Amino acid sequence: MPAQQSTEDFLLKMEGVSKSYSGVPALQNVRLQLQKGEVHALMGENGAGKSTLMKILSGIVQRDCGEIFLEGRQVEIKSPKAALDLGISMIHQELNPVRAMTVAENIFLGKEPCYPFTGVVNRRKQREMTRELFREMEITIDPDKVMAELSLAEMQLVEIIKAVSYRSRIIIMDEPTSAITGREVARLFEIIRGLKARGMAIIYISHKMDEIFRISDTITVLRDGQYIETRPAKELDHDTLVKLMVGRKISEMFPKRTKTSDGEVIFEVNGLTRRGLFENISFKVKKGEVFGVAGLMGAGRSEVMETVFGLRRADAGTIKIRGQSVRIKSPADGIQNRIAFITEDRQLKGLNLKASVRDNVTLVNLKSFSLFGQILQSGKENAVVDAEIERMRIKTRHRNQIVRTLSGGNQQKVVLAKWLLTEPEIIILDEPTRGIDIGAKAEIYKIIAQLTERGATVIMISSELEEILGMCDRVIVLYHGRITAEFARADFNQENIIKAAMGNWSSN
Amino acid sequence: MPAQTINWRNTGAFFSKYGIYFAFVLLAGTLAIWEPPFRTLGNLENILQQISVNGILAVGMTLVIITAGIDLSVGSVLALAAVVATSFAKADDDGHANHALIVPLAMGVLAGLACGMVNGVLIAKRRLAPFIVTLGMMTVARGLALVYSQGRPEINLSTAYDAIGDGLAGPGGIVMAAVLAGIFILHFTRFGRYVYAVGGNELAAKVSGVNTDRVLIGVYAIAGALAGVAGIVESSRVMSGAPSAGEGYELNAIAAVVIGGSSLNGGVGTMAGTIVGVLIIGVMNNGLDLLGVSSYWQQVVKGAIIVCAVLLDRKSRN
Repeated sequence: MPAQQSTEDFLLKMEGVSKSYSGVPALQNVRLQLQKGEVHALMGENGAGKSTLMKILSGIVQRDCGEIFLEGRQVEIKSPKAALDLGISMIHQELNPVRAMTVAENIFLGKEPCYPFTGVVNRRKQREMTRELFREMEITIDPDKVMAELSLAEMQLVEIIKAVSYRSRIIIMDEPTSAITGREVARLFEIIRGLKARGMAIIYISHKMDEIFRISDTITVLRDGQYIETRPAKELDHDTLVKLMVGRKISEMFPKRTKTSDGEVIFEVNGLTRRGLFENISFKVKKGEVFGVAGLMGAGRSEVMETVFGLRRADAGTIKIRGQSVRIKSPADGIQNRIAFITEDRQLKGLNLKASVRDNVTLVNLKSFSLFGQILQSGKENAVVDAEIERMRIKTRHRNQIVRTLSGGNQQKVVLAKWLLTEPEIIILDEPTRGIDIGAKAEIYKIIAQLTERGATVIMISSELEEILGMCDRVIVLYHGRITAEFARADFNQENIIKAAMGNWSSN
Repeated sequence: MPAQTINWRNTGAFFSKYGIYFAFVLLAGTLAIWEPPFRTLGNLENILQQISVNGILAVGMTLVIITAGIDLSVGSVLALAAVVATSFAKADDDGHANHALIVPLAMGVLAGLACGMVNGVLIAKRRLAPFIVTLGMMTVARGLALVYSQGRPEINLSTAYDAIGDGLAGPGGIVMAAVLAGIFILHFTRFGRYVYAVGGNELAAKVSGVNTDRVLIGVYAIAGALAGVAGIVESSRVMSGAPSAGEGYELNAIAAVVIGGSSLNGGVGTMAGTIVGVLIIGVMNNGLDLLGVSSYWQQVVKGAIIVCAVLLDRKSRN
């Protein structure tokens, strides 16, 4: 519980907020209390009501009931513009700048400084004001640079400065680190601390536990649309927080695996190189293993695995499967060699969101449901799809439901079902649990464990250390396109893996 | 009396899903009642004849549009195929041909197929935008048609060739065959499933081992070959292989596909929808003619209907 304080001490107070969408409650009697100069993490699984609450606060949707106080005064937030006027801005997960405009133009979009009585934009002043804002926050980005030339991390900083330029008192950040890497995250956190020092309050939404504990002062947990608890971050630890979010203890988050690898090397990569992306990558994976590939985003992990699967070409290197040299030049070759590749971004590379569950599940395997290789046998196909929906426990009304309408966790299960239908021997999973809630995560870990029990081999790329530590038998760590370390389960140590991922690790 | 509960939400969803079919029935029904000449057998034959060329083109266009592409060249390719085919169907003095009928037919289809293949290869292998490639082909094919025919239409055609487009049996049979083949390809084959996969998410299809290049080349090749077939039907119907044939036909085909519910963003659409789109355009043209609406106004109405159809479709999707 927060220390006893009177209403006036809170910058923002939301009380008894409820919201239903066509009769289905998304929020019930939720409250949130925000102090000046704090980073307040809003936690909960997908569907817990975080985004609905934030949409209410930023004026995108209207609450059914409840009260909102800003510095003790009751306010109505009827539109996004009203929220901005009250000093509340939101930085969405998917950044959406006008790419063809300059940094300064983006920041002052809709509030350009003009020459008096003309409506002509005073570009010089706009540039100077942008420089001034950047100087305050110690950011070095050229205001005249075109937005499209910036990195994602820089775009994010521009968005934050834009929020600051509205004289915001409250900035909502929705998954701000989903697309940026370790060093950029550190930079972002510096900026956030700077904002804090200036008395702004940050509402921070993220699925990444380690970040939550690094940056937040206070944590509020929602579950199933209801308020659960608010506590100082110092008083919480990882397990307690998970328990609050899930409502039950997940001590068994990572399933115990009874069978371990029998030592036979099934997959061997030697000297794999692609200039500019990765160099001299060599590793061996044993049958039945869960083999981890750790490292920061941009270290070349996905690129290596995409090459192994046939999505990219290598300049040099060999691949052996069960001791046999193989040439893999296209995904079709990878599939032929019984490799499955469950990509990092399921919406971008994993699924056809416009198609049905059935059409997605059987896409890789379609030939086996085709007479003469072409004519579809829908009876056979439907039966198999129904069995997969059952086996993977995909929550869908019908096999013809369009995949776009499924939840993230269920979409990921559709991708898994699609690949497991090929009965792969080597399964590459690239960030298999990104952006899905804890319950679905546990289910996916269980599926991975079941796969290895049945003799399949799993290669798992992950940025989540706890996942690597919890699931893998061995792990290699990549840094700047090179392998910097390899650890066996017995030697797993969070600190060493982080060091190797940052490039400062030598094995002796 | 027991109260029957009606779920209006479902009813609404049902109507918007099949709205285009209701619209067609409404349109045809109204004309049948108000305009007796509409429902004569002769007029229906007339409509079928008139829509045959657009129907053939629209089948190919549906495949292309579902892959998130577009083919602006089909009208010009039709003309090229027409002049090529008719050049092999010249009649001697007693109306007999120099070649067997199969020769002009094969040459016409091959001309169309070749253009389609060029489109497909440029789009799939060189990653050029379909709009640009087919816009280029639209001009090139028209130019080739003029070069090949030296700008003069071939009007001295053999009786056998003329017979193809004569009456209803020929054009009607060919458009039926094209439609059935289209339905089969799109909805009952692996290739058809891949067409949706490529249009819905090309990258995901590639990762899933689909040879996306082959699918893209395939749909443009089919569209080109069907444009060739349409060129034969058109030239035979009007008994002239003119290099100016088919101008603007690509837009009619695109309109039919879009009215039929296919999304220009790809991944969505059905052959049945396209057929209804073709019928709506055909019946509308015919109805407006019967009602004595000037052909100038007909264009205005047609354009407005295309936009409205897409608007309704967008609404039903939300």
